[in-house]
Amino acid sequence: MQENNIRNNPNDNTLNNDPLTIGGHKFSSRFILGSGKYSLHLIEAAVRDAGAEIITLAVRRANTKEQENILDFIPEGVTLLPNTSGARNAQEAVRIARLARELGCGDFVKIEIMRDMKYLLPDNAETIKATEILAKEGFVVMPYMYPDLNVARDLVNAGAASIMPLASPIGSNKGLTTKEFIQILIDEIDLPIIVDAGIGAPSQACEAMEMGAAAIMANTALATAGDLPLMASAFRKAIEAGRQAYLSGLGRVLVRGAAASDPLTGFLRDE
Amino acid sequence: MENQFFVDSEYLSKEALEKKHKLETDPTTRTNHMEYMEGMEQIKSDICEKVISQMDSYDYHTYTAKDVEAALQHEVCSVEDFKALLSPAAEPYLEQMAQRARMETRKRFGNTVYLFTPLYIANYCENYCVYCGFNCYNHINRMCLTMEQIEHEMRVIADSGMEEILILTGESRSKSDVNYIGEACKLARKYFRMVGLEIYPVNTEEYRYLRECGADYVTVFQETYDADKYETLHLMGHKRVWPYRFDAQERALMGGMRGVAFSALLGLSDFRKDALATGLHAYYIQRKYPHAELSLSCPRLRPIVNNDKINPLDVHEKQLCQIICAYRIFLPYVGITVSSRESATFRDGIVKIAATKVSAGVSTGIGDHESKYTGKESADLEGDEQFEINDGRSFETMYQDISKEGLQPVLNDYLYV
Repeated sequence: MQENNIRNNPNDNTLNNDPLTIGGHKFSSRFILGSGKYSLHLIEAAVRDAGAEIITLAVRRANTKEQENILDFIPEGVTLLPNTSGARNAQEAVRIARLARELGCGDFVKIEIMRDMKYLLPDNAETIKATEILAKEGFVVMPYMYPDLNVARDLVNAGAASIMPLASPIGSNKGLTTKEFIQILIDEIDLPIIVDAGIGAPSQACEAMEMGAAAIMANTALATAGDLPLMASAFRKAIEAGRQAYLSGLGRVLVRGAAASDPLTGFLRDE
Repeated sequence: MENQFFVDSEYLSKEALEKKHKLETDPTTRTNHMEYMEGMEQIKSDICEKVISQMDSYDYHTYTAKDVEAALQHEVCSVEDFKALLSPAAEPYLEQMAQRARMETRKRFGNTVYLFTPLYIANYCENYCVYCGFNCYNHINRMCLTMEQIEHEMRVIADSGMEEILILTGESRSKSDVNYIGEACKLARKYFRMVGLEIYPVNTEEYRYLRECGADYVTVFQETYDADKYETLHLMGHKRVWPYRFDAQERALMGGMRGVAFSALLGLSDFRKDALATGLHAYYIQRKYPHAELSLSCPRLRPIVNNDKINPLDVHEKQLCQIICAYRIFLPYVGITVSSRESATFRDGIVKIAATKVSAGVSTGIGDHESKYTGKESADLEGDEQFEINDGRSFETMYQDISKEGLQPVLNDYLYV
């Protein structure tokens, strides 16, 4: 139904210089938008003002005969990222992903496996299993996970196209509470690290991008904002700012007081 | 003031009346409501003890404005905070509670509101529950739909656009047995994407069978968590056994059900204690079964056929709103269902604050969807209703009304995998 039709705006030279590449597909936007927590007719404005090229979609919500099907509200040229929310184990996630393909949602899939209904924390072990099966079936697999380096490495070996660690519990708007561990993933994993869940404000998105995150995924932060399209626009700018800061190389930040003016190694002689 | 529940039907025989009066007036003629009947499975669980000890020691008059303010400031609502929010001291803070509740709802559910409709397939009942229209001494038209009739009803409902159905029966194992309900679930699976059950409590293996037949979740109303009060209201039949009912949700989850729903019928007993117990019941089940999808209902008493004096007593709309807000703040992750017992105005208001699921196109009668939905006279007999509903909006009207409020009606959020 949807093509991976990447926008090619002649005025936008970031695509050529700094594309986000996921599973061989190139994107110029680094803001992945959630859907489902706000009214369908707002999706178009949100996508436009966010400048988003990828929008996630719960397959369980698309599987309806409802008069208003969420699929009908996804603007042309936007890549659908169906997610497996509702899956409680790898087997269910695999079935949902296959259904997404049948529904015409393309080959991208975001794996979400939860067996905790209170915090909706991802089940890393099951996520690895599902990633392996789906990657073999040719899906572009983007697993949502709790930031753990060993798990991230297993996901790479299982064939993931990106890694999506959570910043905070989903829907919490609490920001980068797992910051140190996401930084480790950014430093050690060669796939794009897309920070997903918990980002509640543009400043937090900017911070994650400054750290070197490849992209940001947000939903609740927009859905709970007073003016959704305006917040989408604010996020877009923050993400772009954070990306530029990362690319430009952040200036030195002195963590432990001032630097000594007399170098400690000044006593060393040239021999 | 107490409700006047006892009503004698002129159609009852002298012997039946005699037995009824004895049950009503002489407690020694009733069975022990804490004792399991033959065939009832007894599971090992500490949840009941945890809930009831908290409920028994809950003295809501000891909570003050200071406790309520602290509860509203805490990021995570503790059990003590929940108690404060349910207390009379929280009544002046209703608007603040609503604001907080709305924020929690939006964070978890966005602006979605789920729609469903109940389908009563049988109203035979073997119990004497004094406030219920289906009770065995009440003279009403009884019916048990055949599979053909059930399928016809389901088709009418599915044609309206509805994708989630809640199948209900009276509590009669002999007239509507587990196999009968299982067959109804298999039919429902053909027409709907989500199938709920609200039937008499059954054993774990029976829940497993019903799950295999296509049921997704199970709702059991405890009616009241005060076992002594319960004893005076459920005078005869298997429903009289209070602890078997309490453990129903746990057995349903052990049997593989995806979700369970809880509720007290507010107005039967001390509503603050019942609300506390309902919330804690869900809270402790969540800790033990973290994968379970939980929801709460918040019904108040309604008049029934042949008895219009029954009312929710001191649970007025403000108290009901307070309870629902307290539920939401304490349990941000549970679904909250508000039934058509409440008025359209109340339901429109509460979905903006905390409710996430409402019924529409409701009939609590048997086999009357065609006449109610299409106005077409039914050739078949129709069974009487369990209680009078208040909000009679059709599916279509409800869908539009929710959309007009800036909310997002959702018909299905579930995949059968």
